[in-house]
Amino acid sequence: MKLTRRDLLKVTGAGAGAIALGSLGVSYLVTESYAKKLKTSGAKEVITSCPYCSVICQYIAHVKYGKVVSTEGDPMYPVSEGALCAKGSAMLSQINDNKRVLKPLYRAPFSDKWEVKDWDWMVKQTARRIKDTRDKYFKEKNAEGQVVNRCDEFFHAGSSQMSNEELAVHRQALAAMGVVNIDHQARVCHSSTVPALAQCFGRGAMTNHYIDIKNTDCALIIGSNAAEHHPMTFKWVLKAKEERGAKIIHVDPKFSRTSARSDFHVPLRSGTDIAFMGGMIKYILDNNKYFYDYVLNYTNASLIINSKYGFNNGLFSGYNPKTKLYDKSSWQYETDADGNVKTDKTLKNPRCVFQLLKKHYSRYDFNRVSSVTGVSQENLRKTYEAFAATGRPDKAGTIMYALGWTQHTVGVQYIRTGGIVQLLLGNIGIAGGGVNAMRGEPNVQGSTDHAMLYYSLPGYLYMPRANEPTLEDYNKHNTPTCKDPMSANWWQNKPKYMTSLLKGWYGKAATKENGFGYNWLPKLDQATAWDKGDNSFLFAWEDIYNGKIKGASIFGSNPAQSIPNANKTRKAMANLDFIYFGDIYHNETTDFWHGPGMNPKEIKTECFLFPAAHRAEKEGCVANSGRWILWHNEATAPRGESQPMGQIIIDIMNELVRLYKKEGGKFKEPIVNLDWYKKYDAEKIAKKVNGYYVSGPDKGKQLSSFTELKDDGSTVSLCWIYTGSFTEEGNMMKRRSHTQTPLEKNLGLFPKFSWVWPANRRILYNRASCDMNGQPYDPTRVVVKWQDGKWVGDTPDGGMPPMSQKGGKYPFIMQPEGLGRLFGPGLVDGPFPEHYEPAETPLTRHDFSGQLSNPCMKVLVSDHDKIAAPGDLRFPIVLTTYSMTEHWCSGSETRNHPALLEAEPQLYVEMSHELAKEKGIKNGDAIIVESARGRVEAAAMVTVRITPFKIQGRTVHLIGMPFAFGWTKKGCGDTTNRLTINAGDPNTTIYEAKACQVNIRKADMITELAIEGVTSEDEMTGGNHV
Amino acid sequence: MSKSFFIDTSRCTACRGCQVACKEWQGFGPNRTKQLGWGSHQNPPDLNHLNYKVVKFTEFKIKDRVFWNFFPDQCRHCVEPPCKLAADGHVKDAVVIDKETGAVIFTEKTRKISDEGFLMMKEYCPYNVPRRNPETKIINKCDMCLERVEANQLPMCVKTCITGAMQFGERDKILAIAKARLLKVQEEFPEAALLDEEGVRAIYLITHDRKMYPHFAALDEHRKNASLV
Repeated sequence: MKLTRRDLLKVTGAGAGAIALGSLGVSYLVTESYAKKLKTSGAKEVITSCPYCSVICQYIAHVKYGKVVSTEGDPMYPVSEGALCAKGSAMLSQINDNKRVLKPLYRAPFSDKWEVKDWDWMVKQTARRIKDTRDKYFKEKNAEGQVVNRCDEFFHAGSSQMSNEELAVHRQALAAMGVVNIDHQARVCHSSTVPALAQCFGRGAMTNHYIDIKNTDCALIIGSNAAEHHPMTFKWVLKAKEERGAKIIHVDPKFSRTSARSDFHVPLRSGTDIAFMGGMIKYILDNNKYFYDYVLNYTNASLIINSKYGFNNGLFSGYNPKTKLYDKSSWQYETDADGNVKTDKTLKNPRCVFQLLKKHYSRYDFNRVSSVTGVSQENLRKTYEAFAATGRPDKAGTIMYALGWTQHTVGVQYIRTGGIVQLLLGNIGIAGGGVNAMRGEPNVQGSTDHAMLYYSLPGYLYMPRANEPTLEDYNKHNTPTCKDPMSANWWQNKPKYMTSLLKGWYGKAATKENGFGYNWLPKLDQATAWDKGDNSFLFAWEDIYNGKIKGASIFGSNPAQSIPNANKTRKAMANLDFIYFGDIYHNETTDFWHGPGMNPKEIKTECFLFPAAHRAEKEGCVANSGRWILWHNEATAPRGESQPMGQIIIDIMNELVRLYKKEGGKFKEPIVNLDWYKKYDAEKIAKKVNGYYVSGPDKGKQLSSFTELKDDGSTVSLCWIYTGSFTEEGNMMKRRSHTQTPLEKNLGLFPKFSWVWPANRRILYNRASCDMNGQPYDPTRVVVKWQDGKWVGDTPDGGMPPMSQKGGKYPFIMQPEGLGRLFGPGLVDGPFPEHYEPAETPLTRHDFSGQLSNPCMKVLVSDHDKIAAPGDLRFPIVLTTYSMTEHWCSGSETRNHPALLEAEPQLYVEMSHELAKEKGIKNGDAIIVESARGRVEAAAMVTVRITPFKIQGRTVHLIGMPFAFGWTKKGCGDTTNRLTINAGDPNTTIYEAKACQVNIRKADMITELAIEGVTSEDEMTGGNHV
Repeated sequence: MSKSFFIDTSRCTACRGCQVACKEWQGFGPNRTKQLGWGSHQNPPDLNHLNYKVVKFTEFKIKDRVFWNFFPDQCRHCVEPPCKLAADGHVKDAVVIDKETGAVIFTEKTRKISDEGFLMMKEYCPYNVPRRNPETKIINKCDMCLERVEANQLPMCVKTCITGAMQFGERDKILAIAKARLLKVQEEFPEAALLDEEGVRAIYLITHDRKMYPHFAALDEHRKNASLV
């Protein structure tokens, strides 16, 4: 029916908000079905886990004829309820991607291409290189003459993409080889979280969990862009808002998608959160907002500190400028003649922790805080008032943070401010409270638990040092003691966990005589100065640059993209003799040898790239940030010739064992005596991670609790905190029940869904949610309750009775003194957080003290590690870096997803209109960003969401950039890390990726961003990619 | 008996889950997109034959307060769709309405519609939704994931939505939910409104004045009376 224009005008003028076409006789009803055929009908449904953020949404892979034909969220996963963000929604493309590495590839010295090789050849060649290098360079003793039994010429990176079982076997293999330069994504992600939270509460992990956020009355989202980087959290944040009227506060340099959904946004200059939180501590104390009973009974507020302790002009007592370390003896508790710690329960003694805390933060007044942070006094007051209101027993406030807090030269102390505030407000151990560290990629929680870090062993044990030659020495140094009978001092059990681990690694060969294999472990140097005994990325990469490291293994990671000062990182790699990789994609690291500025004909590095199976192609478990251990299943067989990363290392180690048995060689015992595997079997390894009896009447039986672990070699466990995850009843991690008691349902605890470390305890430190009689402070949000002689609710944090009863213990059982620490004497850079400027800063002084930056920070300064002086006028703009919802970190995976690259195609710089005007830059312009270390090309995104800061009375500009774009995806830009700085926190050497100084200008010509835009199907640049 | 969407932008975090999940389900390839010369998170810039769902971003600063509104755009599945009116004038039953759900479906018969016919469909649509695949000539847009709905499943965008910004169900229930939600949201945002709820099956809730949202978000007074070229 043809209508005239007049007819339509008549019609559209008629309706008042709708179009009423019925009057024109248009027919609307059809009887046929026009629906397409449902592509998932008849498919097998397999549950597996998203590999992107630490929420670890489970999803359904629909499988037909062995191929994944569709993916969508799993409604049974309580944290996601079937939802998925952009990245999770793109899993189908990734699993079926033909750009994946599907065959073993080899790059010969000086070659410009990859060649396909067969698996066995790759394994044999790799093992040969490892053995030759190890035999040549292995050292029995260090320069000080101490026995160390290690090979410094190796370096290992990766991976938080491995499942727990893959990590367990990898860590065992690396220790056996004598590798000490071990690092991975946790370093740059949340390494600072571990000692910070452990110092505060006893364990270095997220205290609550994701669903629990719905129980809060006030969410302080700080150093985080939760809606963009942990998208699923906002399901629970908005529930708290809608169902409880919770206030949502976002404190972060840039107004982001999180700010849009928060009640208000507080912009602050990157690098100043300690000043901001210090102001909050002062506000809480000055206005008596703290929860008095909680502070008195559950924290170390009443404990008295050594008379020699002091703080003067930015330095604590005991500083040694040569070593950049503190002698911490003056920070210890004062004890009486019997060794008991002195206390003052009136909290008035000038040397009790409470008074020292008050004194320390007396300088953090509104003027000083506002001047250095750029936060208006009105915003300070607004935030402090709202959050401090949760100090009441019937109110809960939660702090949600991520890399905006962790990635600083004062990262650990940043997080400590959160711990102090929450202890003052009584928000630890309660529902809707906590210090919620939102971790990075899955399985970075697991990779930290399983210790893919140079200084740890699985279960948060420490790697032995050169001054601990025997197991007895090690246990003596590492096992804390406490005289107070009210302290459970749980770490006194350490020797049981260490022995069970070693027995797991060395099996029958581990005997009391050889310290259960302790004597075969490599030993680190002692950390006698800021640059000694530190084998993290910062120092290892310096060694690579200087040619000291010969061979490397890099699994599931992309350091050439993600590590600061990328120009140095990439150049350094050419010094390596060989690298073996396991990965699912080519990236800037696997293919460094034909990157920009690299001439393959001059690069000798042999590269062995093993194709790694996708997570959907193997079973195993990974840990979300809330410590939930989630089992994923094999949806489809590994594509092409790919194999799980666990199988790669098993094959290589088997070949190494064969070579050492056949040929002999340097210190072969740790290798030939390994309790090893033929085939990678995730379930078998998971059982060993849990642990079982290896002798006695219960030989072969799975353990059900770590209380069963012994130090006599009768038990094994590859990670004691996981004991209880795979018992005689079966694989607890596979549980999917939603059954809850009314108490559990009220809080969303889901105790029968998966399994949580430790001991299926969902909210840590939960006995602090009750008074001394074990009765909940808040009857509407009961976590645990002492009833009829036992605890009901969540697994109690320590099954001991409440404090008022016989046998009662303090609620922080992992602390030697059993209490939450306001004063934290165990950290490298101070017992109280103190404001220091970032290593590169726009300022030359600040009002808190005469100490400009962290006196203990680790900074490399050289020709290849240049840094700008404070207030350097060449680089006046603060650069902060961050991720995006649509890409994951380095982007090496997500840049390959067409729909994700389409949504975020190229490198950009978010800047204020004011700065753009100053520089003559318009939105969309090509610009160049420069630091003392390098430059990048990007597109300008001029936005109202970034505002200039008023700092010390003058304007300081800040810009922000993502770091997901790399040269292997043509035309999208290259790594922002060419700009960032090699400066690290003194406790964990985490990089200061969140603050450095840059300048920007409009570019006349750029080459790294294709003007026409990118095609997602573009192949890689240069070389002959096979 | 018909269905409707309720799209509550007060809950949207612009995670692009809906945008990507829709593409993956439909099996569409990518567009070339860029930041150079564009400078926005809104990518692709608009709905197109490979994107039935695009999240749109609008930012404002009013008296030192920043606002960033998110609008996950899609076909409205109008109760009485003008695109069908235009199409019927060219190829009968190229555009049909599903009896059970009320979904407005562009069939492959649309490939026979002339260029003028396609332009007419685009013009008649108050929301600027219809797009043409340059190779196949098929005109396409959101199909309400009809095959999923018929199998008692949610459309992909709704399934994947993290915060419950996207809801889907029986029209009368959805209308009730939308109206109740509007009252609640108005406590915090007095200017909140529903957009064209009586005439569409994809009902948006916005929190600020209509001017702070993309151009084709609602049927505007001025366009109701405008002449069509």
